Amino acid sequence: MWVLLGVAVVVVGFAARLNPLLIVAGAAIVTGIAAGMDLLATLAVLGKAFKDNRYISVVWLILPLIGLLEREGLQERAKALIGKLREATAGRLLLIYLVIRQLAAAVGLTSLGGHAQMVRPLIAPMAEAAAEAQAPGLNPAQRERVKAMAAATDNVGLFFGEDIFIAIASILLIKGFLEENGIVVEPLQLSMWAIPTAILALLIHGTRLLLLDRRLGRAAGQ
Amino acid sequence: MSGPWIGLDVLYVLAGLLFAVFAVASLLDRTNPKRFGSALFWGLFAASFLVGSYLPDVVNGGIMVAMALTAGFNLMSRGEHPQPVDKPQRAERWGNRLFIPALIPPVVTLLGTLTLKGVEVSGHPLVDPKQVTLISLGAGILLATAVALIMFRASPVTATREGRRLMDSVGWAGLLPQALAALGAVFAAGHVGDVIGGLASDWLPLGTPLAAVCAYTLGMALFTAIMGNAFAAFPVMTAAIGLPIIVGQFGGNPAIMGAIGMLSGFCGTLTTPMAANFNIVPAALLELSDRNGVIKAQLPTALMLLIANTVLMYVLVYHF
Repeated sequence: MWVLLGVAVVVVGFAARLNPLLIVAGAAIVTGIAAGMDLLATLAVLGKAFKDNRYISVVWLILPLIGLLEREGLQERAKALIGKLREATAGRLLLIYLVIRQLAAAVGLTSLGGHAQMVRPLIAPMAEAAAEAQAPGLNPAQRERVKAMAAATDNVGLFFGEDIFIAIASILLIKGFLEENGIVVEPLQLSMWAIPTAILALLIHGTRLLLLDRRLGRAAGQ
Repeated sequence: MSGPWIGLDVLYVLAGLLFAVFAVASLLDRTNPKRFGSALFWGLFAASFLVGSYLPDVVNGGIMVAMALTAGFNLMSRGEHPQPVDKPQRAERWGNRLFIPALIPPVVTLLGTLTLKGVEVSGHPLVDPKQVTLISLGAGILLATAVALIMFRASPVTATREGRRLMDSVGWAGLLPQALAALGAVFAAGHVGDVIGGLASDWLPLGTPLAAVCAYTLGMALFTAIMGNAFAAFPVMTAAIGLPIIVGQFGGNPAIMGAIGMLSGFCGTLTTPMAANFNIVPAALLELSDRNGVIKAQLPTALMLLIANTVLMYVLVYHF
């Protein structure tokens, strides 16, 4: 039961708005000691996992490329493209991105998208440009809202599309876990039952995106 | 040599070199008010990539804690990175050709994932079969960066300077996803999941089919929010509630239970700063003033979808 102290450090730390890295290090040490390990043993478990998970941070190799493209005006180009489309609104644009992201993830193309590769250089500037046209004099809070919605849309599209693909990690995890417990299911059965939620995710988040347009329109009318 | 020609170690060397350049450049950057702390942070990151595989585990743990302390005690900052003033004109000049380098990484990742598995050179696999996607992504990034350098007649120095501009804006959040994965391993070593699973099955009302479904979907979301990862929550909650109660006691369909259970966990992922790579990193990348801005934008979707998942599971799991 004492190991839950580590979870408490996480909850209290985030509530107190401490630096998340500090919270993580603190929670790891508290959990290890509460579980009966000494400090060095805890550091060793933490360090081994830290080393084994370096692949997660390899994605930052993309930053020089994105930086170079931004220097040559990638965001401006993305904005100019949107400016030419009179029908474009922030909500409609993000809705189209949601559909593409979900469909791509559903056929296994989860790497088509992502915050560093797509949202920052392309999707967020496009949504911002559309919102500027909808509501001239967009205030900073609205601008932040539109950018945050762009990132949210990438996540929702990925999460509720990828499980339709039979070879994605989460499907394989479910299959493996059930198999260990003597229940054999085919990946196709699992991915099929991910479809109803995928449709509801599209409806729910899609509606919210169109409501974003109405809010932007109202703000412009004031 | 044995094993594959190209494994993750190649990417680790590249990342290590890039972070080493960031560290040296930060050290020399007089526009950064905390340049020594920034140099320390990126230098430790570089060391972990370059020599981490050869260091004792305790030292790797020490590196992570030192990086956390540097960030946590506010010892790092960012430099000023002026951008060219003629960006709209540059964009005009390049037109849609600007999108070509941006599309190379995903295309190469896709092609590499489809073709490189099983390719052998002199009896050894060309790339590590377990890491084909990541290595393909790395190859795509390298190719795209080379194309961009040639297209823009830019020097590699410009590329690393632009990379550091973005890395500075991400800051310590760039380490957070990896650090959280390491915390997950400590939680696993301390059997935190088992304790929570035990609490869930002891204290949640599970007496009716509906109550069991509610406890399972809400438990998945809540536990995922705590761990930051639905993959950590799934085995625990499914062993505590899903299999024994929904499937065992009430005869539910295990495929539906598993599929919608996992997706209920994903609703929890949308709500938590513990899922840093989806929620905190983009807030940093988009330079939002509120680091929970992305979570706030997702929260209504996550809650409505969690309710929808609960209804879906109740309607479907006992009828198929």
